Amino acid sequence: MSTSSPGFVVPTTLVHPGRVRGGLARREEIWGYVFISPWIIGFALFTFLPMAAAAVFSLTDFDLRRPDDIRFIGLANYERLLTDPVVAQSIGVTLRFIAITVPLNLVVALGLALLLNSPRVAGKPLLRTLFYMPIQIPLVAATLIWAGVLNGSSGWVNTILGVIGINGPDWIGDSSWVLVTLALIGVWSVGNMMLIFVAGLQGVPSELYDAARVDGAGTWRTFRSVTLPLITPILFYNLLISLVTSFQTFIQAFVLKNGVPDAATNLFNLNLYRQAFSFNQMGYASGLAWVLFAVILGVTVILFWSSRRWVYYAAER
Amino acid sequence: MTAIALSRPAGSPRRRLRRSGARVGMTLVAVAVLGAFLMPLLYMAVTSLKDQAQITDSSAPFYPVTQRAFEYEGQPLPVYVVPLDGGARELAIVRKGREDSDFVDPANPAAGIINWQGRWRTLDPAYSVDPKTENFAKVWEEIDFPKLLRNTLVIALVSTIGAVASAIVVAYGFSRFRFRFRGGLFIVLLATIMLSQQATLVPSYIIYSRIGWAGTWLPLIVPHFFANAYNVFLLRQYFMTIPRDLDEAAMIDGASPFRVLRSVIVPQAIPAIVAVSLFHFFYAWNEFLLALVYVGGVPDLWPLTLGIQQYAALYVTRVPLVQASAILTIAVPVVVFFLAQRAFMRGVVITGVEK
Repeated sequence: MSTSSPGFVVPTTLVHPGRVRGGLARREEIWGYVFISPWIIGFALFTFLPMAAAAVFSLTDFDLRRPDDIRFIGLANYERLLTDPVVAQSIGVTLRFIAITVPLNLVVALGLALLLNSPRVAGKPLLRTLFYMPIQIPLVAATLIWAGVLNGSSGWVNTILGVIGINGPDWIGDSSWVLVTLALIGVWSVGNMMLIFVAGLQGVPSELYDAARVDGAGTWRTFRSVTLPLITPILFYNLLISLVTSFQTFIQAFVLKNGVPDAATNLFNLNLYRQAFSFNQMGYASGLAWVLFAVILGVTVILFWSSRRWVYYAAER
Repeated sequence: MTAIALSRPAGSPRRRLRRSGARVGMTLVAVAVLGAFLMPLLYMAVTSLKDQAQITDSSAPFYPVTQRAFEYEGQPLPVYVVPLDGGARELAIVRKGREDSDFVDPANPAAGIINWQGRWRTLDPAYSVDPKTENFAKVWEEIDFPKLLRNTLVIALVSTIGAVASAIVVAYGFSRFRFRFRGGLFIVLLATIMLSQQATLVPSYIIYSRIGWAGTWLPLIVPHFFANAYNVFLLRQYFMTIPRDLDEAAMIDGASPFRVLRSVIVPQAIPAIVAVSLFHFFYAWNEFLLALVYVGGVPDLWPLTLGIQQYAALYVTRVPLVQASAILTIAVPVVVFFLAQRAFMRGVVITGVEK
């Protein structure tokens, strides 16, 4: 990632080469730090400091209503969240949501990418633009639109399903369907993943397809044995982003339930938000935030570790 | 459905015909999928033009209508589709009876009263197309759209200026200078992309409340002036592709690094800077959680997203007005997207693939 570069041309003939090079290198280093300093300051102030503060707060009984009366309570918050049935339940909801939304996003994004990369489809640039477009719609508005279209009685989806003889579910009120509804809202933002898949598909060398055809491989076989292995780096990237964003899902559930989530939509983040801003339990919420951070970090590490087994990098052969 | 990109030699006319048939077929499949994908937008547009009565009327068609009325003897009378012996006719109801009702034919009121045996409640109303554009005027006023739009614009514009300027500077540092820990710091930068906003939300709120920033836009704007990882990454990738010859020449001529950035790098990186600006502007436009936490209690400071969420939560049943508010919210992002779609879509590929 950090490609070493020739840097500046040094007029070595003028003075003693070693000293000049050392001086210039130091000046280059100082300039480098000067330029990245906004990020370093921002990272310290807006990321590192709050995270460290959260670690400290998570060991206290910080209540927003009495901010001057903070007691150190050790690991009591962590003990509490391990036994809190609401936390257990919110973890269950989150995992179920992830199990629906991540595969759905990947399959839809890859399916659309294959369709929009097919030589047999005309007007691909326009189609790509239109499939990408909904990502531009603010998630709050997208949720309100989907809440309308999936409305059990007046929404179009159930009307259309009714025409073909299917009795559509209550997408929002039925606790066994509402996570599917949240996932469907997310599918509207699949455009980024789709474009990244398209770029990946275009990177597959066409000689390989020629060779597969000569070997008599059919459509499915070619996809399974040529396309899929070669796009595993892209698949890995999209899987990682999709997982991390699903852990962070908040807006859809909050807006769909008008700010009062029920047991079925109580994602980890919604519970965290409510503990902090409805019940003022800042210490407890800080502990929850750290648990979420640790889980996402853990998932990321596991994913990177597993990638050695299934991600194919052409350069490493 | 495969991604086979082969240029076969032209075959027999019959094969060519079959291939163009397949082409039409696949294109139709793609268009049908697109139709399903974008159907909610059509729903939103159509529903925003309906009146409240039509939402609960299950016999109404899917487009905006009202039941026709006929002025008879100074009274507006609702019109129904009445099945008579000579076929169904559209008649205005004069007297509603339990087992029989009296009607008059709007086309020929002079013909007098027509009696029909049956329960009038079982009749289908006669509709005419009637888009209620006044919904938009109503929502505009009720949510105070000009105020919400102004708030959103101010937050998005100011934070975009800060985000882009700081990202340019930081990306320049990472792409053109060698310094100790550069690789490690860049990895830390990328790792912050993975960081959940919620991980810092609670402690940040406590800190901001202490310094009096809660209830203001400052927490929504100020952090963006310190370079966000996405923007830095995208710009750095682009800066790496700019040849060094020019900035080295400028350096030898005695230009300071700031000058090189301003006169050499920035002019050559305009497409990437435009992409980052657009991304960030609409990221700020769509932002919801921070606005909810910091200015949720101050309606005068609400951005659009928070305004329409609160409106929708308050008036859950007013489906047409909620859909109209959604249209008002998405109009600017969608129009700008179509005007600048190339810049958007190129930016995605830079961040996604080069990684």
